Amino acid sequence: MESKLGLNLELVEKARASAKRVAEDTQNFIDQHTTVTVERAVCRLLGIDGVNEMDVPMPNVLVDHLLAVGVLPMGAAWTIGNAMLETGLDPQGVAEAIDRGELDLSKVPAHDDAAVREAVAPYVKATIERINTNVAGRNDFLKEFGDKEGAYLYVIVATGNIYEDITQAKAAAKQGADIIAVIRTTGQSLLDYVPYGATTEGFGGTYATQENFRLMREALDEVGREQGRYIRLCNYCSGLCMPEIAAMGALERLDVMLNDALYGILFRDINMQRTIVDQYFSRVINGYAGVIINTGEDNYLTTDDAVTSAHTVLASQFLNEAFAKSAGMREEQMGLGHAFEMDPEVENAFVMELAQAQMAREIFPKAPLKYMPPTKFMTGNVFRGHIQDALFNMVTVLTGQKLHLLGMMTEAIHTPFMSDRALAIENAQYIFRTMKDLGSELIYKEDGIIRNRANEVLTKATDLLVEIEQLGLFTTIEKGIFADVKRPKDGGKGLNGVVVKDEKHFNPFIEEMKGKVAAE
Amino acid sequence: MSSGLYNTHKVDFDTTLDLTRLKPYGDTMNDGKVQTSFTLPVKDDERGEEAARQIAKKMGLEEPNVAYHAALDKEFTFYVVYGSCVHSVNYEDIHVITVESDVMSMEETNDYIRENIGRKVVMVGASTGTDAHTVGIDAIMNRKGFAGHYGVERYEMVEAYNLGSQVPNEEFIKKAVELNADALLVSQTVTQKDVHIQNLTNLIELLEAEGLRDRFVVICGGPRITHELAKELGFDAGFGAGKYGDDVASFVVTEMVKRGMK
Repeated sequence: MESKLGLNLELVEKARASAKRVAEDTQNFIDQHTTVTVERAVCRLLGIDGVNEMDVPMPNVLVDHLLAVGVLPMGAAWTIGNAMLETGLDPQGVAEAIDRGELDLSKVPAHDDAAVREAVAPYVKATIERINTNVAGRNDFLKEFGDKEGAYLYVIVATGNIYEDITQAKAAAKQGADIIAVIRTTGQSLLDYVPYGATTEGFGGTYATQENFRLMREALDEVGREQGRYIRLCNYCSGLCMPEIAAMGALERLDVMLNDALYGILFRDINMQRTIVDQYFSRVINGYAGVIINTGEDNYLTTDDAVTSAHTVLASQFLNEAFAKSAGMREEQMGLGHAFEMDPEVENAFVMELAQAQMAREIFPKAPLKYMPPTKFMTGNVFRGHIQDALFNMVTVLTGQKLHLLGMMTEAIHTPFMSDRALAIENAQYIFRTMKDLGSELIYKEDGIIRNRANEVLTKATDLLVEIEQLGLFTTIEKGIFADVKRPKDGGKGLNGVVVKDEKHFNPFIEEMKGKVAAE
Repeated sequence: MSSGLYNTHKVDFDTTLDLTRLKPYGDTMNDGKVQTSFTLPVKDDERGEEAARQIAKKMGLEEPNVAYHAALDKEFTFYVVYGSCVHSVNYEDIHVITVESDVMSMEETNDYIRENIGRKVVMVGASTGTDAHTVGIDAIMNRKGFAGHYGVERYEMVEAYNLGSQVPNEEFIKKAVELNADALLVSQTVTQKDVHIQNLTNLIELLEAEGLRDRFVVICGGPRITHELAKELGFDAGFGAGKYGDDVASFVVTEMVKRGMK
């Protein structure tokens, strides 16, 4: 692509190199550690499912046991495989025996490592095949119907009831939505387990459960066949269960998942060591399952100022890219995030937004960028809101954003009505249709506001990344450089679920999945 | 269009303003004109349109005009309806409870604290319960504030602690005691199924149970919070949309002085 901004490519290289070194430095830490949710994700991928009599998910039953008897550092795969050799049970059987109090994994005599690996291998293979089949299914859909050119229209449903969500999602798909995201219930990100089964009660959203994933997938496939389009399904990996939700997404063919390396730390006060280890495995899984991840840079701008902090968004995009690459993910799966969040009272706010969106497009040419609509300055004046959303839509069509999260005129009032979504889709379609090729007609003048703004943001982001490289990621976050939020290295939620791995520890799914995409 | 457009009807109602019989205003006094939009779970046809018209009539709209209708799905249709509201209210009789404090600027508030309290005022804020949204509490507390109104963190005479989101009420109170707070600022953004009411009520109950209610100025805020609701729930004040750090700070310091808190 020809640069419209005359970006300083040396700075881009420099920023990317700094981010890469930050990720490499952090990777050493990741490689030495595991967490409770990483091991629960391994349990899930080994086929452990369901809940016990107290409604505790079986992966939690097993991993809580590992933690209690002090063998978590050996990991779920090794301890389960070893117990399978001893008892002849399958992984689910092992979990159930633990639940009944009949099995103590710290007391099982150690079998030969190779034999342990062999014991779990068939279960690993079965899951890998299931994911391969899922991805092949997606590919078949896309081959049959073709994929959409231009931006995907991305809408949310958030009724709290999965069945009501389905009604809303189907209507939205018929109106033209390409991606349906089921917003999670408020508070789920801080649960250190994933609830089980179909759910009909939630606040501001619907629980992410594997059954809810399955129900929505089925509904979207049905409406997609009717419409002759593939409708993508999105949910959220963020929180204390990143890899488990990624695993559920792989098992139920989700297409898009929110997955940010730093979001949980900054915005949910999850311990940084925990998140950094969790995000790695979740991204390995997302990568293999052909999922497009969405990163959460847009959130910086809801707490921080969009004009003065634009460079933190770009710096974070570079970091998210570097961490995704460390997890073996392809650029085509990196839905790096940014947002249209400047105060409408600011002169030339639209011009700066345009510059930054074009900048992101040029710096990450292969990434399906996720562009978020105005939220912070939506006021309840639905009429102005609809225009703010229209300006946001224009930026997308002019700069080729890919995952276009539709703004709702009723933002700040309520979770969207069915009609809000329809009007938002109509707005976007109108603008995308009538301005389809306007972007390619435009060039931005040398030394003009747009070029200067983009280069200014790039320069600041590069400086920031150089600073982060010197400080290291953990210290950077401790100092509150992102989103004006400070988090101590040993603070926040979930630190007690982080342990140093034993030398016996292995994760067969990282071995099978990393750097690959299923069905290829 | 059957009605409304290019209307040459003679106006057959009294067009003088009467505040005891207040009505919406379109372009003529007392015309009662309102706009409304809604969705009905039926298919988009004449029968649905008539249903929309009848709904509008039951809402008190005379001569409803279904200006627009469009299918949202096979069995869902969106309507935009205009009409003349038959109802009126007596404006003279309306009394609303509002926060009664003069809003001071940041400097005025700082001076007021220096003169009347003589030490820094401690404000502890959070988005409590399961609410993960910090946009409200950040707007009030963050240094930068919102829409040109500085947040209380910027006030020289205020020691502000923003505990962030999803803070359980118990923890919030514990922290407030620890920090020797003067004022508690609670933000609630998620209001689905009235979850905010339960949570706000719970906070006051806990404070009362521990005999701490009178120790603090307790304030809540959020897009759906009104002062009246806040008072009803046992708070000292409530701040809705369009209220900023200066509104909150002004209230807190004057309330402290009123209550003799030093």
